[in-house]
Amino acid sequence: MHILMRYLFLIIIIFSSVNAGAKGVYQSNADFLNEVFHNNLPKTQSLWLLNNIKKGAEKILGERPGQLRIRYWGRDQQTAWILEEVGKEKLITVGFLINDNKLQTIKVLAFRESRGWEVKEDFFLEQFFQTQITSELKLDRNIDGISGATLSVRALKKLARLALFYHQQVIEKNTI
Amino acid sequence: MKSFKSKLLFLCVASTISLPVMATKIPSMEEMWKLIQQQQKALEAQKQEISRLKNTSQNNEAKIEATTTALEDSNKSYGKAKEWFNKTTIGGYGELHYNNLENKKEGGSDKDELDLHRFVLFFGHEFNDDLRFFSEFEIEHSISGDGKNGEVEVEQAYVEYDFNDSHSAKAGVFLMPFGIINETHEPPTFYGTERNPVEKNIIPATWWEGGLALNSKFENGLSTDVSLTSGLYLTAGDSFKIRSGRQKVSKAKADSGALAGRVKYTGYTGLELALSGYYQDDYNQNETNSSDSLTAIETHAVYSLNNFTIKALYASWDLDGDDAKDIGADSQTGWYIEPSYKLTDKLGIFARYNEWDNADGNSSDSKYTQTDFGLNYWIDEDVVLKADYQDQDAPDGKDEYDGFNLGVGYQF
Repeated sequence: MHILMRYLFLIIIIFSSVNAGAKGVYQSNADFLNEVFHNNLPKTQSLWLLNNIKKGAEKILGERPGQLRIRYWGRDQQTAWILEEVGKEKLITVGFLINDNKLQTIKVLAFRESRGWEVKEDFFLEQFFQTQITSELKLDRNIDGISGATLSVRALKKLARLALFYHQQVIEKNTI
Repeated sequence: MKSFKSKLLFLCVASTISLPVMATKIPSMEEMWKLIQQQQKALEAQKQEISRLKNTSQNNEAKIEATTTALEDSNKSYGKAKEWFNKTTIGGYGELHYNNLENKKEGGSDKDELDLHRFVLFFGHEFNDDLRFFSEFEIEHSISGDGKNGEVEVEQAYVEYDFNDSHSAKAGVFLMPFGIINETHEPPTFYGTERNPVEKNIIPATWWEGGLALNSKFENGLSTDVSLTSGLYLTAGDSFKIRSGRQKVSKAKADSGALAGRVKYTGYTGLELALSGYYQDDYNQNETNSSDSLTAIETHAVYSLNNFTIKALYASWDLDGDDAKDIGADSQTGWYIEPSYKLTDKLGIFARYNEWDNADGNSSDSKYTQTDFGLNYWIDEDVVLKADYQDQDAPDGKDEYDGFNLGVGYQF
């Protein structure tokens, strides 16, 4: 038992010496935007969450969104969004690029939950490529979950629907 | 004659229409100039009005911008003032069960019960980005105390530290990394009113110990857990049953600790593969003359494709020592397989076949089997209604329950 304790403490010391920088933040918002717009960032715009938009967002999130407006960046038929949603206890920050009403890029920028970390990996995120939103405000395809990460998966699906819905509103109002 | 009348009528109508036109006087150049000047004035006024409206609109936009920014900032500062509150989380789950089960054992009593099986609250606090506390407080069967059916339990209470994104350690009381249900058992996450009997009797869920644990995650979807904890205390009086050996970290005998580990793979969408192991050098906790070791393995697979999910689990314990061997308890095993299908977002059906034996080491009749089928109806993502039927086959002379179960469960 004492020998086991020693080994365990040794492992802890080794882990302690590894410092991988800021925990949970994989890419800054600015870096994501510069990446998707190839360092030619359009000016920041706001989508005001007025009546119908708020109702749509509420339908997707299951609760009224707290914000008055959502910031976005757009050019031609492309818009980029940085959205946040709680998984189980903490916010997950996700960056989206939508092109011609289809999800072009999705990236988990910050993940702070202690479980469900697999949602930031490519094998899960690549399912969202080219996804669209239906008139029922649902994704047009099935996204397979990850065992033990139900709440994180749910949060990412909601955010993808929200980004596509917001993009649709911007395109309809021609405010890019 | 008819043609003459028509012409006459046309002339009358035409002359009537043209009279006002002829009466209108063409304005002179001077009048025209006056008219243009008046229109020019009106245009100037409109231009000024548009400019004024434009300025007002810009001012309003600036005011809205300033108000919204102030509102957003005030929300932020409110959040800062309430930082402690924001870093403290409360959650929970619960489940109410109705069991209507007929006991097939001769002279055995039926089970016709309504039971608030579990009422659970989670409390957590984040000290900083890397250090947090988490706890699970549970009341089982509604009332606890002398002569009551229930228990008050602290199933989790640990401090967790993240060394970096990939490695973390926890110290305290935590759930053992064994099986599917032991760590994730909120009612909306599984099928069946009651938890499956294999994980209950063999794993034995819910199973928690006190000690230290390390967790590592790798980008390919692989993760590992290693823990050094308090151990089980198995006695002849309880037929060395694993479930009865849980000390629940309540003045737990600590003469013999345990080393446990798990390797888990979730690197493919919808798939989870896991293999866990457990070793304890003396399950008697130095209470007897013999020092008998205890080892266990558990493996499971979960695979979801579209609306279909299949789960399969196998667990086996191996006990050294003659006393355990004499009653066949030196080997205790169980397995189950559970296919399920979600008909809609809200409705899912399942079937499960379970086999377990807490005295598998000899040829005596000690094996239980149980077949379940039923449905879950999620009123909300976090609230579920459950109904299922169970058909049990027990060893001779043991309680054998057949019948249906109903339940409601929630999490938040």
